[in-house]
Amino acid sequence: MNIAGLLAWRNLWRHRRRTWLTVGAMIFCNALLVFLIAIQLGSYRMMIDNTLSAFTGHLQVQHPDYREEQHMELTVPDAAALAQRVRETPGVSAAAARAEAYALASSDERSFGIQLTGVQPAVEPQVSTYPGLVAQGRYLADGQAAEVVIGRILARNLKLGLGDELTFLGSGRDGSIAAGVARVVGIVDSGIADIDRAVAQVPLGYFQQVFFMGNRGHSVVARVQDLEQTAAVVARLRRELPGGGELAVLDWDTLQPGLREAIRTDMVSAWFMYAVLIVLVALSVLNTQLMSVLERTREFGVMLALGMRPGRLARLVALETGFMSLLGLGLGALLGGLIVLYFSYIGFSYPGMAEAAAKFNLPPRIYPTISLTALLLGPLIVFAGALLAALYPALKLLRMEPVAAMRAV
Amino acid sequence: MTLPDGMARLAWRNLWRNRRRTLIMLLAVVVGVWAMVFMTAMMRGMVDEMVRNGLEQLPGEVQIHHPDYRNDPSVVNSIPPPAGDLRAALQRPPVAAWAARVRVPAMVSSARGNRGVTLLGVDPASERALGSAPEQLVAGRFLSGPGDRGVVLGQRLVERLETDLGKRVVIMSQDPHNNVADRGVRVVGIYRARLPGDEERYVYAGRAAIQELLGIGEQVSEIAVTGRDYRAVDAWVGRVAAAAGPGLEVLSWRRLDPFLDTMLGLQDGFALVFMVVVFLALSFGLVNTLAMAVFERVREIGLMQALGMRPGLILYQVVLESLFLLALGLVLGNLLALATIRPLESGIDVSSVARGMEMFAMGTTLYPALDGRDMLLSTAVVLGLGLLASLVPAWRAARLDPVRALNTH
Repeated sequence: MNIAGLLAWRNLWRHRRRTWLTVGAMIFCNALLVFLIAIQLGSYRMMIDNTLSAFTGHLQVQHPDYREEQHMELTVPDAAALAQRVRETPGVSAAAARAEAYALASSDERSFGIQLTGVQPAVEPQVSTYPGLVAQGRYLADGQAAEVVIGRILARNLKLGLGDELTFLGSGRDGSIAAGVARVVGIVDSGIADIDRAVAQVPLGYFQQVFFMGNRGHSVVARVQDLEQTAAVVARLRRELPGGGELAVLDWDTLQPGLREAIRTDMVSAWFMYAVLIVLVALSVLNTQLMSVLERTREFGVMLALGMRPGRLARLVALETGFMSLLGLGLGALLGGLIVLYFSYIGFSYPGMAEAAAKFNLPPRIYPTISLTALLLGPLIVFAGALLAALYPALKLLRMEPVAAMRAV
Repeated sequence: MTLPDGMARLAWRNLWRNRRRTLIMLLAVVVGVWAMVFMTAMMRGMVDEMVRNGLEQLPGEVQIHHPDYRNDPSVVNSIPPPAGDLRAALQRPPVAAWAARVRVPAMVSSARGNRGVTLLGVDPASERALGSAPEQLVAGRFLSGPGDRGVVLGQRLVERLETDLGKRVVIMSQDPHNNVADRGVRVVGIYRARLPGDEERYVYAGRAAIQELLGIGEQVSEIAVTGRDYRAVDAWVGRVAAAAGPGLEVLSWRRLDPFLDTMLGLQDGFALVFMVVVFLALSFGLVNTLAMAVFERVREIGLMQALGMRPGLILYQVVLESLFLLALGLVLGNLLALATIRPLESGIDVSSVARGMEMFAMGTTLYPALDGRDMLLSTAVVLGLGLLASLVPAWRAARLDPVRALNTH
């Protein structure tokens, strides 16, 4: 190591306690940031995954006007073939065709308005977690059978059990009355009241029959292999699918705009808090380095008088701060990483999370994962902040006048 | 002048012997305190908003239902309108307003489409008193009375159904004998709600008209009650429950929406944790500053001790220095917080993330809520923990050996 480096390092340890206190502030802040950011990123990921894997999927292919107004006649032609086409596109891990309608569902005793969805029983479980939540009976199997799976609360309100018949009434694609009778083969418990109360699924073939859809559907829902690649896959699909304005490919951000905005809102408030912590640490470093420079005024005066250029002196202070910050970064990231590792095994939960889980589709415990971003983002900003803070004392050095400095008390 | 008095003046002057250092530390404390109070005000504002929105959605702070209604919100589980004891209990303060309403699931159909909705049969005067009448009417008027035979729809529902003011729609629901009850009605008003989902879900009609449609006589689905201060609801809900008798279920909003209750309860905990974390970040700098201040004055302290000053008073003086600094920072920080929060109390517009806010059940304006107790809390945390933090350097100062100290270079 060259002289400047060696000198800077030794200068740090001339005042152990002071250096350790400053480094301690950085370690505390860095560890906290690593932990909080890991939790934050982990919970965002989970929120996105949970919300999208419920029904929305990562992207959908629909009639261009369907998202705005869900009219029965805004269909995509030959839905099953389209789903197959999407499935074969590189980057797509699964695709399923769907059709939807509002209908009045009745049992012997009650009627309720519901959202009826026609699905492809073989592939729907690959794009949605809903089929996996069947609590009683089984999911749909045959693509043409007159069967239905309903939510737990709907079953209770309609007083239906497995094997009972559900009558539904709606309007078909051509505007005429569509009616059907289906047998309840499965009851789903998703844990979310709104879904369990209002969702029912029938096989796509049966839906198309009852609602006079022919081979048409309303959307093809697809999952991609890598969430980050969604935009690329969407672009590819847009190129490869037939044009003519008949089909629109929509990514999940368009389908669920609230999701990204909710994350953004949460991020803003989190970063506000991080900014406060970083400013406080930077002020701490500023103070320390300033004092350290001022108390060595005589020493620096002698060095300057002996011919050292002010620029090199300033660099010395910068190096001292740099070493301290590196220590703080390294140890802080390490400590933070260990804490995250610990929680990645036992899961992290705070009071109120269980209720939030029920309401917002968040998992009741978060298992943070260590990613490079989480580990380094916070500490790097603290590092930069500390270096910035050291600018002021370093600049003071540049204007030091040797004679006056040597005589300083 | 007694010794402690002199010590206080000495402590104060010692602070300003090194202006720059003190000022930087002061800046850090001000920023820290400001952040503590500001963030807590923002959080309280958000939770307050969430609770108010939640209460408007319920609506009311207390609701009275048939015991089976919450599980099965259909017309079968209706209750008689309040009479006798219950009515008397509802007229007494602190109950401010109550409304008896019919709330059942229904379908609304226009020529172009149909939708499942929640039909509300209300008395407009009571709804207004309760605060649950739609705030904003974009066309037409609200209901004129419980006998009004028109309906008021949300803007988004009107768009989905492609209907308009003055046009007819058909509302279809179920009577207690599971027969379909439907009627053509005219749209007399269109409203906007804060949450777009509400606009699609709630349809307002005259209570008497709906009671007649469903053939339930004078019965209603629920009685919503409000007492104006949601925090004080536990005081009177028991009385109302007793007056209602064992055949009715009377619940406060805490039981109806446990998430809101938890959020409210957690606020104080979160505020405290946040303040402690911010202070910890500050404390490293504080201890450093104090230690350096003591270090510079070792000879002076040695002299004072040699002249007979007891170590206890040295401790007292150093601690006082720190407390003065913190107290000054507290005053300035709190003033700064006041100055920045007051202008924002009329609301921060966050409509750019409106859909995200809707996911958190909040509107598009954030209102920070400054609570005097938070300023007190920040004071307690800063002074209390500050006292602890400054004890270490103060203790070391008090234990200096006078002879060694005097001979220090």
